[in-house]
Formats: sequence, C-alpha cells, structure tokens
Amino acid sequence: METNIFQYGFIVKGLLGAIFASITAGLAGTYVVSKRMVFLSGGITHASFGGIGIGYFFGFNPVVGAAVFGIISALGVEYLSVRQKIREDSAIGILWAFGMAIGIIFIYLTPGYTPNLMSYLFGSILTVTNADLIALGIMSLILILYFGIFYRTILYISFDEVFARTYSSYVNIFKYITTSLIALTIVLNIRMAGVVLVISLLTIPPNIAMLFTKVYFKIVVWSVLAGFVGTATGYAISYFAGIPVGATIIFTLVIIWVLAKGLSQLILKISKVRNIAII
Amino acid sequence: MAHLFEMHSLSASYGSFTVLEDVNFIVNESDFIGVIGPNGGGKTTLLKLILGLLKPSEGTIIFNNDVLNGNRIGYLPQLSTGDVNYPVTVTDIVLSGLMIQKGIISRMTSSDKMKASKVIDELGLKDLAGATINELSGGQMQRVFLGRAIIGDPKLLLLDEPGNFVDATFENDFYEKLKELNNRMAILMVSHDVGTISSHIKSFACVNKNLHYHPSHEITNDDLLSYGCPIQLITHGEVPHTVLKYHTK
Repeated sequence: METNIFQYGFIVKGLLGAIFASITAGLAGTYVVSKRMVFLSGGITHASFGGIGIGYFFGFNPVVGAAVFGIISALGVEYLSVRQKIREDSAIGILWAFGMAIGIIFIYLTPGYTPNLMSYLFGSILTVTNADLIALGIMSLILILYFGIFYRTILYISFDEVFARTYSSYVNIFKYITTSLIALTIVLNIRMAGVVLVISLLTIPPNIAMLFTKVYFKIVVWSVLAGFVGTATGYAISYFAGIPVGATIIFTLVIIWVLAKGLSQLILKISKVRNIAII
Repeated sequence: MAHLFEMHSLSASYGSFTVLEDVNFIVNESDFIGVIGPNGGGKTTLLKLILGLLKPSEGTIIFNNDVLNGNRIGYLPQLSTGDVNYPVTVTDIVLSGLMIQKGIISRMTSSDKMKASKVIDELGLKDLAGATINELSGGQMQRVFLGRAIIGDPKLLLLDEPGNFVDATFENDFYEKLKELNNRMAILMVSHDVGTISSHIKSFACVNKNLHYHPSHEITNDDLLSYGCPIQLITHGEVPHTVLKYHTK
C-alpha cells in the first residue's frame, strides 16, 4: 500500500514536472532558438553553477544562488559586449568558465558531504521538491502571461531591433526582462535536466517544431507539445529502466527530433510526387 | 504649404567626431527629396535625427504637430536591420508598422489585419501574405518593408538606400509606387548611388557634413552660363540626367 502511494506521488510529480518544464522550455526555447542565443543560454546555465556552489557553502538553497548568478551573467554578457566592447562569444566563454570555477571552489571548500550535487549536474526527479515544482509552475504562469500580453512587442524587437527603436523607447527594458526570464527558466529547469543537459531541453523542442512550421506562435505551441512528449516519455523510461532522468529525457528528445526530421522529409517527398501527378 | 519639420543650425556628433554641422533644412508636405552624398557623409545620421534615434549636439528640430501626433513617420531601413531567417510572416511584418500608433500591450484588431492585407495587395504580394521572410526574394522583402513603413499612413516617408535591394525587375515599379505615394506623403530618400536615382525626385539635398539643398533639378541656361564657359554633358542614349548647381558656401 505504501509503495502505491509512493508511486502515485512519484507519477504526479513527474507529470507536473514534465508539463511545467515543457511550457517554460517551449516558450523560452523558441525565443532563444529564433534569436540564435543558444550559446548565450549555455553560458548562463554553466555560470549559474557558481551560485549553486555558493549556496552549498553558505547553506542556503542552491537554486536561489543559481538564479542570482544566472541573471547576473545574462546581463553581464550584455554589459561586457555592448559597453566594454568585448566580443560577445568571448564574454560568454569567460563567464561560462568563471561560474563553473566559482562553483567548484566553493563546493570543494564546503565541509563534509555535498548532498545532491550530482542532481544539479545531471538532473534528477527524485530530488525535485514540492517547492521546486511550485516555482516551476509559477514560472510557467509568468512566461505565459508575459509572452501572451507582450507577444507582438517581444516578437518585433527580437526580429528587427533597429526598427523597433524607431517607435519604442522600451527596447532595452524588454531585452533585459526577457533575457532575465530566460535565465530563470534555465535555472529552474536545472533540477529536471541538470546543468550539463538543460540547454537541450530549450533547443531541441523548437527545432522539432521548426521542421513543420515557420510561424513563431505555432513554433511555441508545437515546442511545448514536443517537449511534453519527450520529457514525459523520457521520465517514464528512466523510471522503469532505472537510468538517470535528465540524460534519458534529452536522449528521447533527440530520437523524436530524428524521427520528425525523417517524417518531414517524407511529407516533402509525397507532396512533390503529388504535385508532379497533378501536373 | 505646411512644413513637416524644420532643422535650425543642427549639429550631430558621435563622441568627439562631428558628423553633421550647422544644418538648416526644411521639408514640406509634398516634397520628394533625394538625399545624396558620399558614404560617411552623414546621410543616415540625418535620418536618425529625424527619427529621434539620435539627439542633436546643437540646434533644434521642430516638427509640425501633424507629424508628431501619432508619430506619422514611415521608415524603410537598409535591409540588414532585420533578421531574414526569423520565423515571422509577411503579414506580421507589415502589421509591425502599426506599433508606432499602438502601445506595448498591443492586440491587432480585425480592422488592422484588413489594413495589412490591403497594403499587401497593393504591393503585389497577395500570394505571399502567409509566407515567412526567408521565402522571399530581395525585391519582395523590400516591398514588405515598404508595406511596414506605409501601413500607418505616415505624413513623411524615410527611405534609407532602397537601391540596395537587388531586384532590377521591380525597381521601376518601386519608383512608380513611390511617385504614387508622394501624392499623400512627403518622401526623403537617401542614396549614395547618384547615378540611378529616380527621376521622380523633385529636389535634392547633398549631405557631406554640411547640407546643401537644391530646390529643383532642372538646370536653366543661366545656370550653365554661370559656370563661366559653355559646358556640355556627353552621354549615349536617352537617359535623363540631372545636373546640380555648385554649392555656394
């Protein structure tokens, strides 16, 4: 009986985790992929590890430390590349490794055993707390509202910043808010997929969606769906096979991407054949 | 004739580098002005000042209320400003021209969408309304961005190097379209390519740190005599030519 209740809670947790992860990653990921910020997002992810280390050392929630580090590094890249004229990819490379270095130093200095360190690196649903789930749920809501209310403003700034500046004085504010929200999304999803793998959670679903549509709004919808299928399936496989959940989710998503790629090629071929037949 | 804007002793600089100096320039309602001059001469800076993207270091720019109310300035930037691989449709791009009059929380109404499809039809892009930008040719993109610039019914249309879009077949149509638009809005067209500037342009402004305005592009006999010797342009064919007067300053 006890096992059943345990299993039930486990399934609910996994399901909610999959739903929230796919909503947040789908919304943030479409923005990241469309705007070609994948490398920046990778930098944010790894830089946030510094916050995790500091959290361990000073004994507060590492996710909070990671969130602070994530946002600072996201805005720091902008500052270094725009104000200090450092090449953006170099700035990302510096902050990426600097965050990791801080994390490693502080975890080393933390006395005794560091619990759940592996779960931050590679993700684990077992260590996801209710608070983590609630945070991810709130983040889903914030992102839906933010992208829902400001859809066109965000879309147009991201498509053509120079033109957007001719009618809006809010371009920079929107850029900073969006980048910060993406940093937060990444950090909250670290619990699911881990520092090393979380970037794929953002990039694979939009790439699956883009095989079938090139319209921003539709990419978001299909990303969330593809993300959910991949995350839930990966989670189930990892549960039954007893293998790490983060890695299984990413593996599943890549398999879906490969299958989708094949399917889109097939659709293309069929429509060509049909066109020829009509002619 | 109402002035759309007036620039008085306007200077602009980037840091310590002065790009424009003591510019006096008035644009009227039905003007079609070609802004010409060498690269780095300050043509784009002039547009930035009009758009409010750059604050003048000295002098003033005074807009007519009609232009200011609702930000009635349409702008066709150089092609390079938008990401041509971005997942955005032709209709969405044209609609973005209405953002000038809308706030940051903007819903496009069905009348906005009607307006967009009317502009898209007008520019001969009907079949491409749902296409994404990377499916278009250079000339089609130019028309889409022109649509974005004119959907809000601007009083003043600014064009930055429209000749950069390579689509010879559409070039003529494009200038015809501008001529038609000139009936309801003033046009300021920047070009470094003086050789192929449209014959519909009514007057010229030469920008090279200073601005010299040439009210008309017709050269009279008196103008020719003022050169001090009889001059003659030698050319083949029937290409119309424009000879501008020497700058007096």
